[in-house]
Amino acid sequence: MKQLTDDRMKVFFEKLSKYIGSNIKLLIDRSDGKYCFREKKDRVYYVSEKVLNMGSMMNPDNIISIGTCFGKFTKSGKFRIHITSLDYLAPYAQHKMWIKPAAEQQFLYGHNVLKSGLGRITESTTQYQGVILFSMSDVPLGFGVAAKSTTECKHTDPLSVVCFNQADIGEFIRCEEDLI
Amino acid sequence: MGRKAKFGDDGAVKQIKGPGRKAKKQKPPKMLPGLPKLEGDDEPKKLSHRQKQRASRRSKKKEERKLIKKEKKKGVNKDDNVKNINEVSDATKIIKSEIVKQFSDSNSSWLKSKNSKSIIPEKDDDVESYDSESDIDDEVEEENGLESFDEDGLSDDDDYLAGTLDDVDSSNESGIEDTIKKKTSTKKRKAEESDDELLPIEKAAKKLKAAKKKEDAEANEEMKMQINVASQDVFVFPASDKIDEHIPIPEVEQRIKDILLVLSNFNKFREENRSRQEYTELLLKDLCTYFSYNTFLMEKMMHLFPLEDLMSFLEASETPRPVTIRTNSLKTRRRDLAQALINRGVNLDPIGNWSKVGLVVYNSTVPIGATPEYLAGHYMLQAASSMLPVMALAPQENEYILDMCSAPGGKASHIAAIMKNTGVLIANDVNKNRAKAVIGNFHRMGIANSVISTYDGRHMPQLFKNFDRVLLDAPCTGTGVISKDSGVKMSKDETDLQRCFTLQRELLLAAIDSLNFKSSTGGYLVYSTCSVLAEENECVIDYALKKRDVKLVDTGLSFGTEGFTNLRQHRFHPTMKLTRRFYPHTHNMDGFFVAKLKKFSNIIPKNDETEDNEEDIETNNVDAETTEVQNTVEKPVANIKKPKHGRGKNRVEKNK
Repeated sequence: MKQLTDDRMKVFFEKLSKYIGSNIKLLIDRSDGKYCFREKKDRVYYVSEKVLNMGSMMNPDNIISIGTCFGKFTKSGKFRIHITSLDYLAPYAQHKMWIKPAAEQQFLYGHNVLKSGLGRITESTTQYQGVILFSMSDVPLGFGVAAKSTTECKHTDPLSVVCFNQADIGEFIRCEEDLI
Repeated sequence: MGRKAKFGDDGAVKQIKGPGRKAKKQKPPKMLPGLPKLEGDDEPKKLSHRQKQRASRRSKKKEERKLIKKEKKKGVNKDDNVKNINEVSDATKIIKSEIVKQFSDSNSSWLKSKNSKSIIPEKDDDVESYDSESDIDDEVEEENGLESFDEDGLSDDDDYLAGTLDDVDSSNESGIEDTIKKKTSTKKRKAEESDDELLPIEKAAKKLKAAKKKEDAEANEEMKMQINVASQDVFVFPASDKIDEHIPIPEVEQRIKDILLVLSNFNKFREENRSRQEYTELLLKDLCTYFSYNTFLMEKMMHLFPLEDLMSFLEASETPRPVTIRTNSLKTRRRDLAQALINRGVNLDPIGNWSKVGLVVYNSTVPIGATPEYLAGHYMLQAASSMLPVMALAPQENEYILDMCSAPGGKASHIAAIMKNTGVLIANDVNKNRAKAVIGNFHRMGIANSVISTYDGRHMPQLFKNFDRVLLDAPCTGTGVISKDSGVKMSKDETDLQRCFTLQRELLLAAIDSLNFKSSTGGYLVYSTCSVLAEENECVIDYALKKRDVKLVDTGLSFGTEGFTNLRQHRFHPTMKLTRRFYPHTHNMDGFFVAKLKKFSNIIPKNDETEDNEEDIETNNVDAETTEVQNTVEKPVANIKKPKHGRGKNRVEKNK
């Protein structure tokens, strides 16, 4: 249970800013208490100070999760975002895509989103921009990367991919064992 | 549209034949054979081929008989006149003789024989009329011939006959009564005569009918007999050498029912010189074979339930409970969730008045554990009984709460949802693999105020002693959830049970120790198991009441059966009735036990009683039977309270 080093902090925030932009500061300055990011076994947890105090009294070996896991650092030093962070990132998302009900299932099975399944898209989404995907009833479904910009999306053919799947809530069932 | 029924002949128009779309028009519908016929249909039927054959045979026979008769008459009586009279009056003679047979009193002249019809079974009459109705006249003549042949020897009636001769002649015009008589008698004769002429199949049918009648009568007799028997002797106890014999399952089922009946009114139904114990032992054996339990567990069950409840419990334990889900109030509301699921083709209903988050799923077209709503953490698949301990715990916001045995996280996530993600929740489970399920569920449900740890619950007090509330859903034998895991029935024996309740006692003491009694809002502990055995529930609580400064408080659950205060050799603390038990057969949820304790101080009472108790426990463990016997022997009769359940409920009367 340790604080993130500056390097890792930088990598981590860069990744987060792809999805929620400058809203990161809203995650840290909260009205309902102090919240912080802690690293444990390369995983980054977002946890309130109160809970952290409780956790700090326990043997780290016996703690398997504390607060919410945001993702992990890979061996190559990059940060990989986990689906478990969706609850915190979805409300602050800057670029969104809405998926039609018919394509929902496909996405939840880990597939990319095709143009035919795209319901709505935030204007001014650029190519390779991190997006958060929602169902048409505004239920967050996962993370993705825009394969095409908004304008390109309008003119492409229905079978072309518009969003690459990065993480989806189907993983809660598919990879329950190694979720974090 | 289409065809119109033309049942009568008058309205019938012939179908126009010829080319065209409707050339092959459907014929008007035929009358069903059972329906009453219209008036137009009365015209005489043509004889069928067989009827014709039979008629020809009959006429042949008749002629033969006439020949024989003539020859006989020549020999007996040479007077032609007399013979003529005889022939003519034959009919009346028979009628008279018939009447004489049936009515012996004087009012025979106006009294009609009611029995003449009913003597002959109705159906036979129908069959008879089928082939002979058309040629009644024929038959009458023919019968006359036949009968006269038979009754020729009767000479006593001759005078009488002579007198009635006019009657017969005039009957055609005026004698209505006589005609009626004649008709009835002819019918009877017809039946008698028809016996001779019946087809083999008809004969067989008649025989069958008679046999059936006889059988019915016998069955009735037997019923009466059985009713008589029932009051005397319901069940014959098998001989001692046959008890161990293997008998098929249906017979076992019947025997269980019989024994239960005997035991329900033992004085009335018992066999002489058979004790109640013999019956219960046989019942135990049969129940073990029928429900495939091991003897140990079945014995425990029999001690736990009165006999009438035992069967319903065992049967309810075989059938699965309804699927229930709990709404995650952190993410959605029950109404929204229900609407979303109904749109996916799930048939559901609120679980009842006692819960605001529960839903019962009756059936579903989609897998209920893999809908997008489930993945988004809007609900959790959770048994109805699992919501009860959390409701009893009644967590408050900003509290420190410990769930000691949390996997797979159903109850813990419920606690967090009630706390609205405030305060701190420590979800502990000693098994690392099972704790992984807690990680998944917590993240899916959006629970952020938790630490998921893998300590041994017994070491918890060494770390924390400041929890406001503790939930201990202790590991148990699982006798309440046999419908989920039927392996319990065979696999659990005495050592398993002993291991379970020893662990439960240790965990409970540890849980109490980690509570903060000074807490302004809490200091409460909820102990729950999914077992129905008293050893894992009341005994454990009773142990904790003696070992720590805790008291039972009301669980706040509006329903459920009260916990036992007396059970066989056990005498629990009187406040034990504040605990709640839930059964599959009465509440349609898994067998469950919930107790709520409040801690008052950290004092650990040390007195002589504790040692006694320990001894007591040990002896209980080692040999429950002997202690039971000792208890019953030692206790004076006056002190024995009448227990509400179990075999002992009639004990007081018995002793008196």
